[in-house]
Amino acid sequence: MTTPHTLTTAESVDIRRVEAFLYREARHADENDYDAWEALWTDDAIYWVPACDTDVDPLTRVSIIYDNRNRISTRLQQVRTGKRYAQAPPSNLRRLISNVEILGTCESSGGDTDIEVGANVLVFESRARGNELWGGRITYHLRPDGDDFRLSYKKVVLVDHDKAVATLGFLI
Amino acid sequence: MTATVPVRAGLAGAGSPIDYASLIEPTRVHGSLYNDPAIFAEELEKIWYKTWVFVGHASEVPQPNDYVRKTLGLQDIIMTRDRDGEIHLLLNRCAHRANLVCDAASGNSGSFRCPYHGWTYRNTGELLGYPYNKGYGGKGKLDLAMGSVPRVESYHGFVFGSFAPDGPSLIEHLGAAAAEIDRLARLSPEGEVALDAGWLQHKTKANWKLLAENETDGYHPQFVHGSIFGVTGSPIGALYSDASTAVTRNLGGGHSENDLRPEFRKFAEPMRWFGTTESRVPDYVAKMRDKYGADAEQILIEGAPHVMIFPNLFIAEIQVFNIQPVSAGECVQHSTAVQLVGAPELNKRMISQSIGSVGPAGMLLADDTEMYERNQRGVELRSPEWLDVRRGVERETTDEGGFTIGTATDEVGMRGFWSHYRELMERDGTESGR
Repeated sequence: MTTPHTLTTAESVDIRRVEAFLYREARHADENDYDAWEALWTDDAIYWVPACDTDVDPLTRVSIIYDNRNRISTRLQQVRTGKRYAQAPPSNLRRLISNVEILGTCESSGGDTDIEVGANVLVFESRARGNELWGGRITYHLRPDGDDFRLSYKKVVLVDHDKAVATLGFLI
Repeated sequence: MTATVPVRAGLAGAGSPIDYASLIEPTRVHGSLYNDPAIFAEELEKIWYKTWVFVGHASEVPQPNDYVRKTLGLQDIIMTRDRDGEIHLLLNRCAHRANLVCDAASGNSGSFRCPYHGWTYRNTGELLGYPYNKGYGGKGKLDLAMGSVPRVESYHGFVFGSFAPDGPSLIEHLGAAAAEIDRLARLSPEGEVALDAGWLQHKTKANWKLLAENETDGYHPQFVHGSIFGVTGSPIGALYSDASTAVTRNLGGGHSENDLRPEFRKFAEPMRWFGTTESRVPDYVAKMRDKYGADAEQILIEGAPHVMIFPNLFIAEIQVFNIQPVSAGECVQHSTAVQLVGAPELNKRMISQSIGSVGPAGMLLADDTEMYERNQRGVELRSPEWLDVRRGVERETTDEGGFTIGTATDEVGMRGFWSHYRELMERDGTESGR
């Protein structure tokens, strides 16, 4: 038996445990449970939604979202004021996560070995403005943490990344 | 002559001219200006396909034969740089069967080949060839070309197009707003701006004029953006408070600005405008002092402009917006980070700050956009019919340059916008240019 802390190969990860984590993260985002969602992230987190160019250096090209842990916190503090009008009232949301695959492992800058996971996502958003369907490909980096994981990286490439998209106020 | 004419929304009858004087008064404008499809159709002809409209930046096509797809009004445009370096705005339409000639978002090519029947065009729009040419009597027999925007000019690399074959030059159109672009360029130690960090495209279910009016509305930031100012401890809110010494200025020609310089001069701290201090960006400040000598201090204190250039270019200090209409009730905001040539220390920060602020998830612009979209739903309601733009009209003054100014929160910019808009819309279709 291996403990999660000693995992070094993607093959040794139980995909059902990975999926359970992804579904939990999705549920917190759908239910606008900002505290629970924020608690999933590691201190070196990156939350990235690229724009037109999806494989560029996010330090030299603009993205829809490119948040480090500090900016995730700022984003959530703003929405918690209740006066982040793009999310006040919050969107009604439900999303499907599917096609979950463990893609391998990767080394974080701090020397941790994270599990790289790929999945597809389809989010149905309802707001007074109208309804939106957001499709995308998500790449997650999960860091083993006891019996659970923490999220160190989430990149969401929207299917519509090269088109104009509506306000993306919710947590995708 | 006129048979029964259906009355449209209690205003002018369809087919008869819209009476803009009855819709645009000095201190109020009629709600139908934001949602009437007939007015939108007329705006396309009298504004978007006539005056100078911002399209893109020369830095997006830096090399000969570079091209990038753009929009101008509802037109699908290819902005090309030909082999001699000249910039063209081509309509993405084949002269044969109107197919779209170019399907890539950007690239490098001296020619375009229509996929439908293989007609090829030089990146100047000139027809190069067509397959099986005997059907046309041989090579070079057709007097056809891609459509192009007849007048293309640029200012500090900002490329504008005008569909009017003649009329005022770009510099005449920019008028006093040109000095604001100068101010932006002067923040580069090489005097040059680039807009090469890509564009965010934000779909907005609102009339484009709601955006143009909001860009220099200094009344809303404390309310719409209070959430982010409070969380980050941003000093921006104070610039738009009742106590601010900043000025809203009607620059003429529909252009307006929030001139924040009085506030920055008060503190007289270099780089305060950028939310930092000179010790945090030492290389930049040193290069600026090298380049501008005694003037550097003032440039570094006064910072970047906040200017709305009619009808669609908004420079918000370190971000640039290109607003393009889609219909009476929809538009797209294209936004990017300003990049100052020779200022790598600032450029990365400007990209990071822009990502945080603008675009579909921006912590500022997503809230502005929510307001635009709620305004648009509001104008569908039957009364009070009018939108009020009188704020500060009683305390307007004229500055030493002869421009009308008001306080930081006054609706001086909106009144300037509407006065110019009315002038354009009241012209008949045959007049050129301005």
